[in-house]
Amino acid sequence: MPEAVRDHSHVPGLAHHFDTLDQQTEATTLGMWVFLVTEVLFFGGLFTVYTVYRSWYPGAFAAASHELDITLGTINTAVLITSSLTMALAVHAAQLGERRTLLIFLAATMLLGGVFLGIKGFEYYHKFVEHHVPGSSFQFEQEYFRHAQIFFSLYFMMTGLHALHMVIGFGIMLVMFWWAWKGTITLEYYSPIEISGLYWHFVDIVWIFLFPLLYLIGRHAH
Amino acid sequence: MSAHILPKRIYYTIYGILILCTFLTVQIAFFDLGPLNTIAAIGIAILKATLVILYFMHVKYSSRLTAAVVAGSVFWLAILVALTMTDYLTRAWRTFG
Repeated sequence: MPEAVRDHSHVPGLAHHFDTLDQQTEATTLGMWVFLVTEVLFFGGLFTVYTVYRSWYPGAFAAASHELDITLGTINTAVLITSSLTMALAVHAAQLGERRTLLIFLAATMLLGGVFLGIKGFEYYHKFVEHHVPGSSFQFEQEYFRHAQIFFSLYFMMTGLHALHMVIGFGIMLVMFWWAWKGTITLEYYSPIEISGLYWHFVDIVWIFLFPLLYLIGRHAH
Repeated sequence: MSAHILPKRIYYTIYGILILCTFLTVQIAFFDLGPLNTIAAIGIAILKATLVILYFMHVKYSSRLTAAVVAGSVFWLAILVALTMTDYLTRAWRTFG
């Protein structure tokens, strides 16, 4: 058996096509970022549509935005930022090889993600009650009736796509929790936690932009 | 592992700034500043996103290749929005509003 191959097998978590763990971590991080670039442009399409329609119908967008619950929106923003903190601390714990702390922070991240989705669901429910869902039962002041539906269509598309990412992120965190629990994640091999964290933070960043664009326009005008 | 391990203090500091910025952006929204409202809202969002990218996502401590890819995403997004808007905003024959 060649010397190099035997040495290789001694490093747990190192795939055979990488020379060192550092090189492997560098490659996985870069790969994740390339994926996130596609995600930026995926959401970017919707942000572009938003920009076009808001520039066309600023009055309707301001009036419709005013119907969203700013208190719940602000709370949810804080909840999601806090989940980003717990995620960053989970990666920190993984880097130090602190399994117990890692498990606690992964659980905290999932809990906060769940709270976010719960509040979002509550907001959706109220949109249905208030007839602010575009379609045959839509009700709004006559002047903005048509164009407010464009705002609410974008609202449901963008927050819905974001919520879908949250659900997927929740699933990823479950897998990470399981891997950390059974000992797959070690001091040497923690890059799954690191790149899951990148995904989670990305979803947080999308919300950082969605919140002011959807909730905060025209607050002063109505 | 030669990864850059940040002190926890940095994460808590960034978190504090992010929360502060959130309440700041909400407060600003209640004042009528004209076009400055949108500029402030987007400016604060960009600041928050940059802090998350640099510190929570470790890009400040990553390789320059990773930083280039991150900057690339912003660049392509800017092309998407800017070129689209050069079309939509210059259709003088269309009635806006």
